[in-house]
Amino acid sequence: MPSLNLVEAINLALREELARDPDVLLLGEDVGLEGGVFRVTEGLQQAFGAGRIIDTPLAESGIVGVALGLALLGLRPVAEIQFMGFLPPALDQIISHVGRYRHRSRGVYSAPLVIRLPYGGGIHAPEHHSESIEAMLVHTPGIKVVVPSSPADACGLLKSAIRDPDPVLFLEPKRIYRAVREEVAEGMEPIPLGRARQVRSGRDLTVIAWGAMVREAQKAAETLAAEGVETEIIDLRTLSPLDTGAILASVRRTGRCLVVHEAARTAGLGAEISALVMEGALLQLKSPVARITGFDTVMPLPRGEHFYLPDAGRIVRAAREIMSF
Amino acid sequence: MELADYDPLQGKRLQVLDPEGNADPALLPALDEEVLCLIFRRMLAARLVDRTCLTLQREGRMGTYPPVEGQEACQVGSVLALSETDWIVPSFRELAAALVRGVPLERIFLYWMGHEEGSRIPKSLRFLPVAIPVGTHILHATGLAMGISYRREKDAVLCFFGDGATSEGDFHEALTFAGVSKAPAIFFCQNNAWAISVPRKAQCAATALAAKGVGYGIPGVQIDGNDPLAAYLATEAALRRARAGEGPTLIEAITYRLGPHTTSDDPGRYRSAEEVERMRPLEPLVRYRLFLQGRGLWSEAWEAEITADIEKWIAESIQKAEAFPDPAPEDIFDYMFAELPPHLARQKASLLSSLQEE
Ligand SMILES: Cc1ncc(C[n+]2csc(CCOP(=O)(O)OP(=O)(O)O)c2C)c(N)n1
Repeated sequence: MPSLNLVEAINLALREELARDPDVLLLGEDVGLEGGVFRVTEGLQQAFGAGRIIDTPLAESGIVGVALGLALLGLRPVAEIQFMGFLPPALDQIISHVGRYRHRSRGVYSAPLVIRLPYGGGIHAPEHHSESIEAMLVHTPGIKVVVPSSPADACGLLKSAIRDPDPVLFLEPKRIYRAVREEVAEGMEPIPLGRARQVRSGRDLTVIAWGAMVREAQKAAETLAAEGVETEIIDLRTLSPLDTGAILASVRRTGRCLVVHEAARTAGLGAEISALVMEGALLQLKSPVARITGFDTVMPLPRGEHFYLPDAGRIVRAAREIMSF
Repeated sequence: MELADYDPLQGKRLQVLDPEGNADPALLPALDEEVLCLIFRRMLAARLVDRTCLTLQREGRMGTYPPVEGQEACQVGSVLALSETDWIVPSFRELAAALVRGVPLERIFLYWMGHEEGSRIPKSLRFLPVAIPVGTHILHATGLAMGISYRREKDAVLCFFGDGATSEGDFHEALTFAGVSKAPAIFFCQNNAWAISVPRKAQCAATALAAKGVGYGIPGVQIDGNDPLAAYLATEAALRRARAGEGPTLIEAITYRLGPHTTSDDPGRYRSAEEVERMRPLEPLVRYRLFLQGRGLWSEAWEAEITADIEKWIAESIQKAEAFPDPAPEDIFDYMFAELPPHLARQKASLLSSLQEE
């Protein structure tokens, strides 16, 4: 089995889906000849032709709206938005149309499209290149939101996303694009959407994370283990629909819950998960649900980024507080 | 010179200097020698600063940076035609325009070094901060221009953007609003042939981007964007229209991005080295140097002298930028609102206390 990083694993999933289904098309800014600014689509235009791997004009609303039209015809477009910070021009299409088409047409039409979005901070990028606005997307009815945190997950989840009959926003934590390697089997089976993954088991505390934050949680768990605290880590993998079963089962076992996300705090997904835990595991809780998040501010430029991003240190300190509640 | 004589739909293009630096006497603007030399000094300054940024980036002293080499004529020529009170709305590649307007160089360095203080540009300069999202700032230019009309002021607004930006919806909305309101705006498209890896012809099927004005009732003109005098003339004509209440103008300057899109880009993947070599002799400094030389205004000694001045200023500015204190954690919060709301005050306090624990 080849050992792949996240970029290569996503490329493999795209390549295999393109080979499997002639209805799969790729489109976006610089995805063709250039292979994408992160090289995720490298080599695909050479392999499948410029008619299938389409370099589009610079227009996000155009890319998503056109992808919707392609999907209405029954094709399976996979659109790339270069950075999540440039999704806003396309939000109109996503909110006003993509998420509504099945409902609007009473099931006559569906919108089986995928939008790939490199997201998140930690790469010392200019303004608008480090955003993490998944809560806005999760808040939008009719779309699924998926975030892998490892190469194999990225490959398997993307295959499911492409085969899904409904629109899927596929968020790629670009900070770990090349930071992790893992064995990824060629021809691997799709990983079903909507199911969280237990990354580590432990009886004292549940940490819920996704994307690049899973790695920070893992680092924190090592430190905590040395202090005798056993941390369970749940990687959500799909933010919408949420795997509430996995969240509640874990928190009921450990009695403690810490949510970690790099997005802004207020009305972030941590708030939703906290409410879920109150509804489903209140009597098992030994301490209030805690959140480690970004701030309700603009994501700082590179020189101030470290102030904003949650890291293992912040997670450890929060865990200690929870344990001594 | 009448803009109407240069119908982009007929393939007409305004050019004052040919590639050998010969001026068309009928078009040569009446500029005194000092200004003619200033154009060269400013273009050279931009060139040397740009090269410095590339070096700083390679040395790890600067973050991602979008080079401007090849586009100096567009920016220097057009900005020098403005009055100091006219507004400038840049995208992210307007180093030369910023220098002409007098944005302190150490702030420009600081910005690309990843420090928010780099965007603190005195309001009196009427030069807005860098806009990273492509095309979305063009609407701000229209809004500023509509406000100027509302207040019956005489200023105009010069807005820069690339060829790729003309594909974004906001470009079209900006021209729609500006057209109907006859806003005193000048939309200056620097068509540098590429939007990252996408060539101009794959960006839009129109034969001339300047022709896009037609649909909005806005005259458009194509100019040679490597000719600073053409940029000057076209901007001056657009300004006359703006100040006379005749409304906006769309200028498409045909230029060429000689370097990479940004320092994270590898142009070798999508364009040939031969293409770049073909364009190099057409770049603005080469041509303008020949022009000045022909008028007895250029000598090697003179260029060496102004180069030394510029290099000194660059060195001092780097020093100032690098001596600038790191951003304080408070800065994340303190500019979000005029008054810090309670929830941000709590978040700020928690960050400060967690930094103390560390
Ligand atoms: C809304 C938006 N989408 C995508 C990007 C990523 N991006 C940055 S510059 C660029 C190309 C811009 O091309 P053009 O407008 O021609 O200007 P140039 O960079 O050539 O000066 C792209 C796609 C962005 N910054 N903003």
